[in-house]
Amino acid sequence: MTAFERFTDAFFNTEVLATYWPVIAKGVVVTCQLAAAVVVCGIAMGMALAIVRSYRFKAINFLIVCFADILRALPPLVLILLLYFGLPNVGFNLSGFLAVWLVLTLVLAAFTEEIVWAGILSVNKGQWQAARSTGLSFTQTLIYVILPQAVRLTVPPLTNRTIAITKNTALGTVVGVGEILNEATTAQAFSGNASPLMLGAIAYVMLFVPIVYFGRWIENRFAWKRA
Amino acid sequence: MSYGMLEVLKGIDLSVAQRELVFIIGPSGSGKSTLLRCCNRLEDPNAGTIIVDGDEVTARRVDLNKLRQRIGMVFQQFNLYPHLTARANVTLALRKVRGLSRRDADETADAALDRVGLIDKAQSYPAELSGGQQQRVAIARALALEPKIMLFDEPTSALDPELVGDVLTVMRELKDAGMTMLVVSHEMRFARSAADRVIFMDKGVIVEEGPPTRLFKRPKQKRTRDFLRQVEH
Repeated sequence: MTAFERFTDAFFNTEVLATYWPVIAKGVVVTCQLAAAVVVCGIAMGMALAIVRSYRFKAINFLIVCFADILRALPPLVLILLLYFGLPNVGFNLSGFLAVWLVLTLVLAAFTEEIVWAGILSVNKGQWQAARSTGLSFTQTLIYVILPQAVRLTVPPLTNRTIAITKNTALGTVVGVGEILNEATTAQAFSGNASPLMLGAIAYVMLFVPIVYFGRWIENRFAWKRA
Repeated sequence: MSYGMLEVLKGIDLSVAQRELVFIIGPSGSGKSTLLRCCNRLEDPNAGTIIVDGDEVTARRVDLNKLRQRIGMVFQQFNLYPHLTARANVTLALRKVRGLSRRDADETADAALDRVGLIDKAQSYPAELSGGQQQRVAIARALALEPKIMLFDEPTSALDPELVGDVLTVMRELKDAGMTMLVVSHEMRFARSAADRVIFMDKGVIVEEGPPTRLFKRPKQKRTRDFLRQVEH
């Protein structure tokens, strides 16, 4: 066996690939479901928090800042383990899927809140003044004038963060969620061959490259010429 | 009116008659813009009373959003909404504050844009307009709400010299149509020809006021003379 044959046998073994691709495909479905749920809920919650924060109620803002700082500082893995293995001790059972979903959603929400808040702050003060001077209320100004501009500014960092968080769905492996990486490592153990891992890697690329492109498309779509 | 320890305006006593164009001049930091911003409470004065068209702006329980519709304001930096077309800039308050239907709002907006000579730019975004055009859209945005008084905060200061004329023309037409106007600006020539009264402010007080011909030709106060000499040389 030449070195090249040894390599292809270990990583691209056709027999192993043929046997295990359906399991990986199942993992892709789970990863997609998890990622979609995390992105939708995390971004929605983060935006809501940023909007609440702009009303500047001192006590509430203190809580929001604490939430954002702590969740951005902690490794998601720690939180997942805590929820999954810790909560049953107090009589509260969370499935692995729910634990991963909850943690990643909260982390994405924390990052989104900070990003959108920065976007809101970066909109020129004159926009507030102009809108308020025509009789628009604070909330109307926020919704119709400030947020549309703030969100455009936040698209690039938000896309990056979204991709980073959705890749963390692989953490589901440690709590038995049947997502791509979990299925791939299990298949690797059964087959004694690394080919399923390659399948997993390919699946991730196929999943995330379109998301990266989608992010770029959104950036262009929402860009407007600045005065 | 004060920011922290700094008193910006002190003891201003000013009344503006209907259809009057009052021009406010003065060195930077004299409180001209702050005075203007107090009139629609973009700044909150800590003492004193401001009454616009019979309503006390400074009253504690006042519907500011309702009042502000009757006080149009134009800013140095135009402050058009960059994500909206010229027409949408004008219709936003009409629809959301006045509650007009999209059709009625569009009609009103087009009338206002026509008045400032920009009806053919209704579909353009602010970035596609020149500074002068943007400022005229900003004027249309305020006008569409049919204000009783218009506040101009250095409306031509951010414009290239060749674009100033169009904005001044629109302002003169407003004046001729009987609009009450309070203008902070350095356009002395415009003040001379269009203002009913000129006010010179310095360090938060009104130093001197009078009709433009008198104030520009024979200023009574030394401070006014010094300022006018510096601006006019």
